[in-house]
Formats: sequence, structure tokens, C-alpha cells
Amino acid sequence: MSDTQQHSVAFVRTEAIPEREPPYTASGPLKWMKDNLFATPFNGILTIVAVYLIYMILSSALPWMLNGIWTTSSLAECRTVLDGAVGACFSVLTERWNQLLFGFKYPSELYWRPGLAFMLLFVAIAPVLFFDLPRKLLIFTGLYPFIAYYLVWGGAIGVPLVALAGCVAGAVFYQSFVARNFALGFLGGVIAAFVTWYIGGLFIPDGANNTAWMRAVPSRDLGGFMLNMMLGVTCVSLSLPLGIALALGRQSSMPLIKVICVVFIEFIRGVPLITLLFVASVMLAYFFPPDSTVDLFLRVVIMITVFSAAYIAEVIRGGLAALPKGQYEGADSLGLDYAQATRLIILPQALKISIPGIVNVAVGLFKDTTLVSVISMFDLVGMIRGPILASTAWNGVYWELLGFAAVLFFVVCYGISQYSQWLERRLATDHR
Amino acid sequence: MTTLTDPPLESFRLSMLFNDTRYRSFTFQAIALVLLVFAIGYLTSNLLANLRAQGLQLGFNFLSEPAGYDINQRLIDYTSQSSHARAAIVGVLNTLLVAALACLMATVFGVAAGVLRLSKNWLISKLMAFYVEIFRNIPVLIWIIIIFTIMTAVMPGPRSYLGEDPESNLLLGLFAFTNRGIYGPAPIWGAGSGVVIAVFVASIIGIFAYRRYAKHVLYSSGQMLPTGWPTLALLILPTVLAFFMMGQPIGLDLPDPLANRFNLRGGTQIGAPLIALWFALSIYTGAFIAENVRAGIQAVSKGQTEAASALGLRPNRTMNLVVLPQALRVIIPPLISQYLNITKNSSLAIVVGYADITATLGGITLNQTGRAIECVLLLMLFYLTISLSISAVMNVYNNSVALKER
Repeated sequence: MSDTQQHSVAFVRTEAIPEREPPYTASGPLKWMKDNLFATPFNGILTIVAVYLIYMILSSALPWMLNGIWTTSSLAECRTVLDGAVGACFSVLTERWNQLLFGFKYPSELYWRPGLAFMLLFVAIAPVLFFDLPRKLLIFTGLYPFIAYYLVWGGAIGVPLVALAGCVAGAVFYQSFVARNFALGFLGGVIAAFVTWYIGGLFIPDGANNTAWMRAVPSRDLGGFMLNMMLGVTCVSLSLPLGIALALGRQSSMPLIKVICVVFIEFIRGVPLITLLFVASVMLAYFFPPDSTVDLFLRVVIMITVFSAAYIAEVIRGGLAALPKGQYEGADSLGLDYAQATRLIILPQALKISIPGIVNVAVGLFKDTTLVSVISMFDLVGMIRGPILASTAWNGVYWELLGFAAVLFFVVCYGISQYSQWLERRLATDHR
Repeated sequence: MTTLTDPPLESFRLSMLFNDTRYRSFTFQAIALVLLVFAIGYLTSNLLANLRAQGLQLGFNFLSEPAGYDINQRLIDYTSQSSHARAAIVGVLNTLLVAALACLMATVFGVAAGVLRLSKNWLISKLMAFYVEIFRNIPVLIWIIIIFTIMTAVMPGPRSYLGEDPESNLLLGLFAFTNRGIYGPAPIWGAGSGVVIAVFVASIIGIFAYRRYAKHVLYSSGQMLPTGWPTLALLILPTVLAFFMMGQPIGLDLPDPLANRFNLRGGTQIGAPLIALWFALSIYTGAFIAENVRAGIQAVSKGQTEAASALGLRPNRTMNLVVLPQALRVIIPPLISQYLNITKNSSLAIVVGYADITATLGGITLNQTGRAIECVLLLMLFYLTISLSISAVMNVYNNSVALKER
């Protein structure tokens, strides 16, 4: 073979040529740009327009931000320092920092209390969010609502202690009877809790708040971003059990229960949150006993909880519907009754499916807590629009304040949604 | 040979109400009914006691009393002497107006951003991801306030457009962007303008008829008629012809910088609150719609695109004939619920002083008359009607596009 080739072919190369570098248009950044930015003429035009837009935005925003003033005490002073140059007046943030976070009525010497409660929040929700942490930490999570209440509102220590005692009594009763009969354990637990609260309430003297070691702070003094956080955390955690109950009720085979749940859910989902807040501010008081005073914060918590419970119920209903029918039938064939099957088989799986939806509702709800500024509560947006922009010193500092609020909400909401994506990957037990 | 007999019938015992699954559901429902009646009765008795204590009576007579406040932005005639009911109707129309405008624009933003986010262009897709994340994660209330602030604090006052030698000039001689809103031309309908409009409507019907015919020809003979330029021609030519044949009956009333020393006169004005609300709702909801569109397009399996190219369809034809019809089935239900969200979020108009139903009935009327319960109930009824009708439409649509499985 090689002999014939030697005679018939003039020249045959016997060794490989050394590899050459690819042409500079086929490798490195140039190739990347050609593929990803200028693949077609239309794409090229899009890229150029986008670059121009980005340049326009950065060229006006960057000098404004970098040239910002952080240390003056009023807008006029700020303008004097800037002396005609472009620059932000961030000193409104440093000067009004406490007001933005805690509102303008919370006693300034007590700022450490909500601050500490905020720090402890992370300790409390850590075991809920990350399963690798020791389970013992959940005990602290259970105690946290009472600690946080005591820290933020202060007053007589008896109030959170009695509330805690009631919850413990209910939980103990439930634990010891649930194995025999769920309804007995559940209803008995609720009754035990109420009895404990009633008896405990007798031991708290009337003027306890005035002589308390921790000074009592009325709810109307809460404000700023603290109010958004408190509304968001409280309402989401309260609306979860309510939402589960509503979702189960809507799937129930009992027509009356089903109708009640459907009407409730559709009604709440059909009206905007603002009208529900109007209900809280002007209408709900009519439905309480005549001589009772339920403060605005509590009324708003009730309405927002009800609002988000309806949305969470729909998400969980989706989870229940997505569960294969075999799971329900499997539970039946094992001889589990409704309560056992729901508790042990259905809900754990349905809730896992619904986690992304629940997180979406939670993020939406947290954003919606800004609406309370419409019914003249001074949350972060309410503080900005009300006391701060109306003050003579800072009248006209829009962008710094609104930008600060936007950044704060972005950080929290983006963080939550990133966590939810991580959790989804973590919980994915199916093989893809 | 054994025969099966029914087990002896148990006589009914009281404990079976709780232990026997045949009767238990009745027990539970009875308990629920009693609790419900008790709760409603309790709330009603509280309500009546509170009303009696304050000397109030429920009733809707206040709706016919004169409202006594002015509304700038309105679609129907209204003066401060009109009744509260008419103010509420003005509010309803304003709500529907801003909701419709915002739905249109949000769809445009959302579809553009959703499609561009899947673009192969790295910069564009990153930019769109940035847009979606920024707008989804910041409350819509803050966006409304930011855009309203841009409208009122950055735009020049109308005075800068006035006089012989104004500081700012009308854009194209037609539009003035001021801190009170946008001034633009208004049409003047002359004699014979009805004919022009009739021709325009007829040509639109003609376009649909032609497209139907083209589709019919395509399906029956496989021959493809052009649709692009005939559509354009049908849209423009007959109307323009009619316009000139009738002697140019439709004129434009332009904003006039010289007519008045304090404000622009003539033309139409769209108030700053409406624009702020419209734009903020559109750009915020657009970010959500973008995600829906992206999810819908990605839900169409890649095999469909590949099969279409294997059949020899070109990319834009693949998109129009294969991917989009399947993606729309996934996109439209969440899209409609976003429209519902826009309608509900338009209640935030009260923040920028746009006179929607929440600001008129739930705001000024409520504060003036003190009729909290009636006003809030009417307000809820309105939104509930809108939501339920949109859900009904959505259910009809879902049933019509649901996969017909064997």
C-alpha cells in the first residue's frame, strides 16, 4: 500500500503539522462578543441601544451617588456644601436613620429593644429555614413570639408569660391525646389553652403596665421599617395555619364547610387589600363589643392575616390537587382515618409542592405592608411621605429617601426569593 | 352451600354521630352551621349596639345628596353639585380607564421583556432579568410614588411653554410635557367625519376577512398568500382616501401657548396622577407578565421547534405557527390574573390623588358623610363584581383551550 503511494503520489506528509492558534475572530473575547452580542445585525443594533441606555443611566446616576453628602443636617446646608455640583444628599438617611427604622414616636432610649428583637428573629427563623441546624433550636423559635412581644411592647411580663403558659398547656394536652383521637386532642388543646389564659388573666393586676420594669410602649407608637417587618412576619406566620385550614375545607366533601370556605376565599381574593385596610381602620370597630378598644395595629394584623390566608389557601389547594391520587388511596388502604392521612401523608407532601407559591405570597404580602401608609400608619413609606418630607429641613429630598426604601425592600424580597429557589433545589427528591 | 345475609342492622346510637363516618359529617356540618349563625348573630348585635350608641342609621340615602367636591379627571359630566352616586360613577369609569390602559401597556412591556429575556444576546437577556428582578421586588406603592415624583418634580410647569419665546417647545408642535400632565391635540369632528370613521371600521373588518380567506387558501391548497403588505394597505389607504374625498373633515385642536398667560389652553390633557398610575402599574405588572411569558415559551418542548425546522419552517414561522399557539395556552390564564391584579392595584390611585372609585367613594365621600360601612361595602361590591366577571371569562377561556384528551 505504502509502496504504491510512494510511486503514485508526488508528496505525502509523514508527520502532523503543529497546531496553529485559531484566528483571533474565532476565539477569546472577540468570538464571545460576536456570538453573544453581534450574532445578527438586529442583535447588534439591540446591543448598541442597550449599551447607550446603560451609559445614559450610569452617567447621570453615578456622579450623583458618588458625590453624595452624608453629614449635613438639612437640605439647605447640603446644597451649600455641594455648591451647585451634582450630588445626592444622603445626610437625610443618617440624620433620620432612627425615624426611618423605628418611626417617630418610639421612645429613643428604648431603640435597643426592637433592635434586639430583630437580631433574635434571625436566630428564631434559622432552624425553620435550614434543616441542618440542630432541632433543639426550634424550642427558641417557639419562645420567640413571646420574647419579641415583650421586647417591642414591654409592659407587664405577666402578659407574655400567661400567653406562653396557655400555649404550652394546649400543646401538652394535644400531644397526649392526639394518638387516641385527633378531634379530641385538637379541641381539648384549644380549650385547655383558653382556660389557662382566662385563669392567668385573673392574676395580672389592672395597672401592671405602669409599674412594669420594661416600660410599656403603645402600638400606635410603632413605625418605620420595624412596622413593615412586624406586620410581614406576624401576618405570614398567622396566615399559614389559617390558609391550610381553608384549603382543606375547600377540598372537603362536606358541602356546608366547602361553601363557607369557597365564599370566604373568593370574597377576600376579589377585593383589593386597600379596601380591607379601610375595613380595619373605619369599619371593624363597629363589629367589636361596644365598650372594647382594639387598637389599630391589631385590627390591621387581623385583616392582613385574613387577606394572605385566602391566597395561601389557594396555593395549598394547588399542592393538594397536584398530589397523585394514589397517595390518598394508599393512605385509605392503610386504614388511616381522615385526620391521620391528612397529617401524616397528604399535608407533608402537599406543603412541599406549595413552598414556592407560599414564598411568593409571603414576598407579595411583605411588599403590601407598605399600603398601611394609606390608612395613616407611619411605616417606612408613611414616614417618608409624612413627617420627613413634610419637615422644613428635608422638604424636597425625594430620590434619596425613595431610593433607600426601594433598596431596603429589594434586599429583603430578593433574599427571600433566592432562598426559596435554593429550598426548591434542596427538596427536589425526584430524579431529573 | 352458604348464603350471604346482610349483617343485622344496628339500631342508631347517639355515639354513632361521632364515631360512624356515615353520620359524622352531618354532626360536623351542624356544628359549623351553629357556630356560623352564632358568629353572625354576635357581630350583628355588636354592630347594632354600636350604631345605636352613636345614633347612626344604615342607609344609602346619602348617595343622592350633592357631593360638593370637584374631580379633575373625568370621563362624564360632573360638577361639585352632582350627587355622591355620580361621583362614584365617575370613580368607577376612572378605575376602568386606568385599568384598561395599564393592562394594554403592561402586556406590551411584559411580552417584550419576556421574549427578549430569552434572546441569545447576552447583554439584552441580562438587562431584562435585571428589569424583572428590580420591579418585582420593590412594592408597587413605591413605584407609583417614584413615578409621580418624576412627573411632578422633574417636568417643567406649563408656564415654561407659554408666551412668544417659551423656555420649552411643544414636542412636534403637538405635545407638552408638564408637571400637571401631558397636553396633546384633540380631534375636532367636522361634517362628514362619520363617513371616515365608518370606512376605517370597515377596513379593519376587511383585514380580518382577508386574513381568514388567506388561511382558508393556505389550508385548502397549500398556497400562501401574502398578509403583511395587504394588511397595511387595507388599514391606511381607504381611510386616507375617504378623508380627502370628504374634504378633510377631522381637524386637530392643538394646545395653544399664546391663548392664556397662566396655563396651556386647547387640546386635551391627561393629568399627572393618571399618567403616573398608568405607567407605574404597567411597568410593575409588566415584570410579572414577562416571567409568565418566559415560562410559557419555555414550556413548549424543544422537540416542537426541532420538528418544525425539520419540516422546513423558517424561524419566525416556527414561532408563529408552532410555538406561540402552544405557549399561549400556558401564558393566558396567569396573564388574566395579572389583569385582575392591575385592576385591584389601581385602588392605590388614592396615593397620587387620581379620582378612582377608592378615592371618590372610599375617600372623600366616606370622609364627608361618615358613612363608613355603606361606602366600604359598595366599594367591595364593585371590586368583587369585576373580579368575579374576569374569573368567569377566564374559566370559559380555559375550558375552550384545554387539551382535548381522548
